[in-house]
Amino acid sequence: MIHQYKLNGYNIVLDINSGSIHVPDPLAYEAIRLIDESAGQKSDEEIGRELLHIFSGQGVTQEEIQETLDDIRELRAQGKLFSEETFADKAFDLKKRNTVIKALCLLVAHTCNLNCNYCFAAQGNFLGQHGLMSFETGKRALDFLVENSGMRRNLEVDFFGGEPLMNFQVCKDLVAYARSIEQEKKKNFRFTLTTNGIGVTDEVIEWANKECHNVVLSLDGRKEVNDRFRRDYTGRGSYDRIVPNFKKFVEKRGGKGYYMRGTFTHFNTDFTNDIFHMADDLGFAELSMEPVVADPDSPSALKEEDLPVIFEQYEILAKDMLRREREGKPITFYHYMLDLEHGPCIYKRISGCGSGTEYLAVTASGDLYPCHQFVNDPEYKMGDIWKGVTNTELRDSFKLCNVYSRPECADCWAKLYCAGGCAANAYHAAGDIHGTYRMGCDIFKKRIECALMIKVAQAMEGN
Amino acid sequence: MKHIVTLNTRDMKGCGECQTSCQSACKTSCVANQPCENKDAE
Repeated sequence: MIHQYKLNGYNIVLDINSGSIHVPDPLAYEAIRLIDESAGQKSDEEIGRELLHIFSGQGVTQEEIQETLDDIRELRAQGKLFSEETFADKAFDLKKRNTVIKALCLLVAHTCNLNCNYCFAAQGNFLGQHGLMSFETGKRALDFLVENSGMRRNLEVDFFGGEPLMNFQVCKDLVAYARSIEQEKKKNFRFTLTTNGIGVTDEVIEWANKECHNVVLSLDGRKEVNDRFRRDYTGRGSYDRIVPNFKKFVEKRGGKGYYMRGTFTHFNTDFTNDIFHMADDLGFAELSMEPVVADPDSPSALKEEDLPVIFEQYEILAKDMLRREREGKPITFYHYMLDLEHGPCIYKRISGCGSGTEYLAVTASGDLYPCHQFVNDPEYKMGDIWKGVTNTELRDSFKLCNVYSRPECADCWAKLYCAGGCAANAYHAAGDIHGTYRMGCDIFKKRIECALMIKVAQAMEGN
Repeated sequence: MKHIVTLNTRDMKGCGECQTSCQSACKTSCVANQPCENKDAE
């Protein structure tokens, strides 16, 4: 299977199964299209005649056509074009394998100092009781992670909520505890903090810059966009309070990982203006802007008619990032960060994010859920940190949550980039974790096309 | 190869040490951008 498209003046062909990316000239682009459409039913002579017809009057010679077909034949022989699918059996092995847990999302605070009305966590309390995680519960969660991590050395813990800084002392104490057992347990804890910025102080900055591998800072972009949803309980916008905090935070980050993480909705489908505001007016270089996850009936939910605008925005962003790179002032957009040579292996590409198997969310009271987006849905409680995963049937269901378990993904060119997509999105959109969220698929595919175009442009421009 | 340029890509040739997608940035719609951390990878 292949996928071919034109973007920003480049002809791009992706060979799905090998992961190869080709940049053919116009003649080869058409030849590949004709071969793909004929599904092996046409001879080289027939393809050649069609190419002569398509390029009549453009000086294309029979010799050039033969060279092109030879190039295609060579790539096919190397397994880099029209390559066969050989990975499906590995997907079905996933249920048999004895998975280990390597990442926890610790919901240290089921409460928040903002009242963002698009919040999937119901303003931080996850439709349950407000509450804070105790140190004892958090400590047990870390022990549970170590006990269930097998031979994995790298373990990840995200302080999440709600607003985790409303329980900052426990965050600090848990990191100190983790550091105290790392050497003995032969583990490397990587902590992440996701914060709305209200509670960011000099002490928080100093601690996070010492202990957190990555920080995710929530800001939606322009002041009027951010303050439409990101308000406190009195209705006051947060922009003027959080931007100075974030600027100081990033300034002192010293090159360690961070992402400015925004959400775009039906009200700001021109979201590149928010990205450029964060880059040009605020000086942030590591950026992430995500489509809102909302009830389809919500006014903020993205609509089908928004898609052409959103697609155009992704193209504008990709072209602008290339311009910035040429000018020596690059920015990073999370979804365009592809590593073609050292990216994920086929196992990762098949099995996805690992929710419900390698990655679990822990509530303030110690209950386990497949991820932060399933919290407090009684159907999806998996167990707790004292007894472990007791709902093994649910875990097995998540083990099979991969690109080969979804019939809709079978013929999708992007399946080895998205691994079948987000189980929570599928559940909320289709009522089934093995379903798909079609609008999410469309947006994802557009992002990958843009990300690959950037890689092609960098290669062709010699960067 | 006169008519087609091919980029260098990893030959699709399981250690699990790489970062979980959801821990990195978006938390909503995340595998392509997770770098491999297997020191013995091909």
